[in-house]
Amino acid sequence: MSKIEIKVGSASCGIAAGANKMHEYLEEKLKGDSIDISKTGCIGMCFNEPLVEIKDDKGLYLYGGIDSEDKAQRLIDEHVEQNKPVEDFLVYSDVVETEDKDYIDKQERILLRNSGNIDPESIESYEKVGGYDGLKNVLEKMSADDVIGEVKEAGLRGRGGAGFPTHMKWNFTKIEDNYPKYVVCNADEGDPGAFMDRSVLEGDPHSLLEGMIIAGYAIGANEGYIYIRAEYPLAVKRLNIAIDDARKKGYLGKDIMGSGFDFDIYIREGAGAFVCGEETALLASIEGKRGSPIFKPPFPAQKGLWKQPTCINNVETLANVPRIFTDGAEAYSKLGTENSKGTKVFALAGKVKRGGLIEVPMGVTIKDIVYDIGGGIASGKEFKAVQIGGPSGGCIPASLQDTPVDYDSLTSLGAIMGSGGLLVTDEDTCMVDVAKFFLDFTAEESCGKCTFCRIGTHQMLEILDRITEGEGKEEDLDELEKLGGQISAGSLCGLGQTVPNPVLTTLKYFRNEYEAHVNEKRCPAKKCKELILYFIDEEKCTGCTRCKKVCPSDAIEGDKKEAHVIDTEKCIKCGLCISSCKFDAIEALSGEKELQKMNKGGER
Amino acid sequence: MSGKTMIKPAEMAKKLEEIVKDHGKMRGAAIPILQSIQEEFGFVPKQLIPRLSALTGISQSDIYSILTFYSQFRFEPLGENYIQVCHGTACHLAGAEEITNALKREFGIEEGETTSPDKKYTVEKVACIGCCSLAPVMNMNEETLGRLGPEKAVKGAKENAKGGES
Repeated sequence: MSKIEIKVGSASCGIAAGANKMHEYLEEKLKGDSIDISKTGCIGMCFNEPLVEIKDDKGLYLYGGIDSEDKAQRLIDEHVEQNKPVEDFLVYSDVVETEDKDYIDKQERILLRNSGNIDPESIESYEKVGGYDGLKNVLEKMSADDVIGEVKEAGLRGRGGAGFPTHMKWNFTKIEDNYPKYVVCNADEGDPGAFMDRSVLEGDPHSLLEGMIIAGYAIGANEGYIYIRAEYPLAVKRLNIAIDDARKKGYLGKDIMGSGFDFDIYIREGAGAFVCGEETALLASIEGKRGSPIFKPPFPAQKGLWKQPTCINNVETLANVPRIFTDGAEAYSKLGTENSKGTKVFALAGKVKRGGLIEVPMGVTIKDIVYDIGGGIASGKEFKAVQIGGPSGGCIPASLQDTPVDYDSLTSLGAIMGSGGLLVTDEDTCMVDVAKFFLDFTAEESCGKCTFCRIGTHQMLEILDRITEGEGKEEDLDELEKLGGQISAGSLCGLGQTVPNPVLTTLKYFRNEYEAHVNEKRCPAKKCKELILYFIDEEKCTGCTRCKKVCPSDAIEGDKKEAHVIDTEKCIKCGLCISSCKFDAIEALSGEKELQKMNKGGER
Repeated sequence: MSGKTMIKPAEMAKKLEEIVKDHGKMRGAAIPILQSIQEEFGFVPKQLIPRLSALTGISQSDIYSILTFYSQFRFEPLGENYIQVCHGTACHLAGAEEITNALKREFGIEEGETTSPDKKYTVEKVACIGCCSLAPVMNMNEETLGRLGPEKAVKGAKENAKGGES
């Protein structure tokens, strides 16, 4: 038998799909076979979770959807025992063609190269792939200025959202002549729909630590804090292990690798406040206060944590740093565009066929991401838009799908790179509802300090509620734009300033959809509850009574084997009947109320 | 952390002192201390706040301002089973609202409430669990269930419930 290595993708998403059980099963069955079975971070193909990778002397075989013991057993019987890859479950391989090959081949994994490859709970595993070599290079050969120069040459920009040049931020902190200084990692990934930072923390925690130590060296800090969402327990656990191991190995603590440089890292768990992703709010939270942002300047680089010079970067930015010092700035800056260097990780989700964690060079187009990597729209329906950058971001319509993904192009369209949530929508998505969703979130999360943000968001929300309930007026749309502009202008922090973006971009690109809600009292995507009716197609209904049984409001009538009817007065539009119908006989209608009333359902 | 906390006041006070001592030297320890209190008791018992203020020197109003600002903190114990339904963007598009509604209906949780009358279930919305490719998802007693529909969510909640089905 050839030498075989088995890896089970065990990030949160994999575990949610059942990876731990598969790992246990494989270990149990292969006990004593001297096969190396390890748990890794996210392999990236989240749409195929749970993932099991088998590497033998012929190549790499990635198996997807291994969610039962039978399937795991087949991998053992056929691949491990008889050396015959199991083609049925194969989703990617470097020796065999697979349908989903493009998903991996069209990516450039620089930041994520370790995630899914190494054991995140083993420092040796990180060292084996060149871990801490970047730090070694820095401490042995470089001055603080050299380090900042190298980061400048690499062209690294902050991956947290706005894309501020990293070397400038570092330099601003370095030139302050006031000690102690701090490095703070913003791991408060609060954007709904974004999980890149979590995957780095879960899959490759040492790369963040290494990046922070290098940053500390460059700016003259001896202490670092990681402010992390409490909702990421596995990430916290793995970071704690990584910090302990790094201390034991002498990468953290006093006199790191005999260089005379001291640096240590502490974890602070967030307590659930989206606004704490804003840097001044985050610092207030570490100091043990409410996370209210304060006016800048002074910037954190001048007066940050406990009024001391502080450099704040996000996870992805810092985790990119070791790459620059192992491969060199030149190699790093080869990828990307003139003003956006390197790669960007996105959490690709929504209506695409293949969703997951992807890493692409800056400058690829939205179309490349949706079609080549994402495999197009899962339902086969029309691609409508991508929502990029989370609640602070915007919607880019399918008509602009040739837009390259870089900081400046996105900003020019009213969106932002943001933290990297990339949500694909199809024609079943109501853009007014999407805008309302984000606004609902940000209105709830506003810290309340600025009047425009605190009250303006609620006023916008009231208008959107009205529109989605069919009570909208024509002047509402102008009012939304006006309020949006005022909230942006009248808010202190990045949260408030960007709150209106989802509304403003959908108004810009999907105004007709707003108008359909307002003028025709119709939701084109058939999502807004007040504007839709459920209807059973007599032709398709077999009278199986399934929908009638699940209906919580007794709104469905009809005898066995007879076509059923929905009493639209009683119907609460909970969707249970649609999801329970095996014959596709129940659908939502909008704007066809009159027609509907002619049916038996609504004539009351 | 289940809701069945029946700890005697004296014991509580002792625990509180230990927690404060543990975090003693940390700067800006208010939030970590409150997190440890919640970890210990499952919620932050209001009656501890005066003592906490005396022990740490942080004013009671500051403690309240923190507790009410951050969504993680709660003043009431959780139900026996803690369900967090993800309402992130992907889950929202995939029907998270229907799932929350179905669970609340099933367990008799009133509008505006999060815990069922029999204290068996607490159902809360969370912003994002980060399992977008399995949307819609929910966390239950530290296990994540994915690719849900309203029916599957209710069934999953009952199957994973502590102390058998309700």
